[in-house]
Amino acid sequence: MNWFEPMMADFAIQVSALKKIYAGRPILSDVNLAIRPGEAVALLGANGAGKTTLLRILATLSRPSRGTAVVAGHDCVKHAERVRECVGFVAHGAWVYDDLTALENLKFWTTLSGRPTDAETLRVALTAVDLDRFAHARVRTFSVGMKRRLALARLTLGRPRVILLDEPFAGLDQQAGKWVDEYLAAFKASGGCVLLTTHSFGRGLGVADRIVILAGGGVVLDTPAAALSNDDVRRLYEAHAEDDA
Amino acid sequence: MIYARRAWIVLWKDALAERRSKEALNALFFFTLLLLFIFQFTLGGDRERLADALPGLLWLGFVLSGLVGLGRAFLTERDHDCWEGLLLSPGDKSAIYLGKLAGNLLLMLLVEAITLVLFGVFFNLDVGRHLPALAGVVVLGTVGFAAVGTLFAAMTAQVRARELLFPVLLLPVLVPVLLASVKATEAVLAGEGLSGVTHWLKLLAAADAVYVAVGVLTFDAILEG
Repeated sequence: MNWFEPMMADFAIQVSALKKIYAGRPILSDVNLAIRPGEAVALLGANGAGKTTLLRILATLSRPSRGTAVVAGHDCVKHAERVRECVGFVAHGAWVYDDLTALENLKFWTTLSGRPTDAETLRVALTAVDLDRFAHARVRTFSVGMKRRLALARLTLGRPRVILLDEPFAGLDQQAGKWVDEYLAAFKASGGCVLLTTHSFGRGLGVADRIVILAGGGVVLDTPAAALSNDDVRRLYEAHAEDDA
Repeated sequence: MIYARRAWIVLWKDALAERRSKEALNALFFFTLLLLFIFQFTLGGDRERLADALPGLLWLGFVLSGLVGLGRAFLTERDHDCWEGLLLSPGDKSAIYLGKLAGNLLLMLLVEAITLVLFGVFFNLDVGRHLPALAGVVVLGTVGFAAVGTLFAAMTAQVRARELLFPVLLLPVLVPVLLASVKATEAVLAGEGLSGVTHWLKLLAAADAVYVAVGVLTFDAILEG
């Protein structure tokens, strides 16, 4: 695939002078961000800081008002289809159909993505997120956390090169959260790129190489994660959240 | 091959979900039953008035139940943001349209078959005698209805006033299909075979082809919003 080469050579994600205005209100004003393959970035910010908007632009679900967003060497506006081929996205919604079982949901999404997968592989994905016992249970009976785990199982079947996660630890128990950390660490080690938003200072930050704080529509802090303790991050987050408010 | 498989999986998902929940089928069945009661009370046993009004009533029943059914076509996609998943799935989005269209078509034909039987019972109508010709007209009319209905259901799925907007947009576009369907049904019930309604069937087939082609060509843009 020719998307692989530019990705390896340059940045997996490159955002330049990005601006997004929604209903007359600027959500993102001038965001610049570059993430290399094999790197994980945790995106922090108060509610309304524009974290989800940035992720949605990178996932090609929303168009920027100005500026450029490039994922794996492809412009998110001009070559949205190419971007979609190499991005895995877990949004707030779990993308599940209530009247289908967990296994059927995975079968649906993998086939729709043009990657029909055998039942055994689907079961392995469910086992990874500890949902194998509920493979034949209708999703209607699942809790929020179980739906979230199912969404993560879907992510693992897509073979993405870039993963975008919007608060992936919300609703997850300790065991599932640990699995996400391990999965992301392995994904990163294989050259994949991760951009995740989180409000959880325990989870998510462990796997991150860099911490980026969004406030006032732009990046106010972009620093290596190793240089900061969780308490430092919390202090910085709270300081910028107050500024934003 | 992948395209056909993608269309098939959408149909499979919709059919499976409907078989389990029976939400649309139950709603449409009771809605149709209610309509038939109203028609029966209005027309009574006057056979002459009935013969004149029956083709129109039959299609009125199909259209009203179709509006209810098609209006729900993308409701499941709105739950848990599955719409986003469809949008982000790589590949030609028209496969999703064809899968959805096939699912809607199956549901509508099932409801129409039940409606026809109930019409026969309520109005003492010998449907069996006209069945092959009637089935041809109903299938051709329903394909056009479902094709444009599926498209407009997608178009209005994310709109706040979709319940109002959907029929307002759909019905004017359906005029050629409804006109041809009612006239062809009238002729068939009057005893003319398919040979007597060829011109209407040609019009229906042409409208079906145009509507399906427009759906295939524009669904991507509609999904993208």
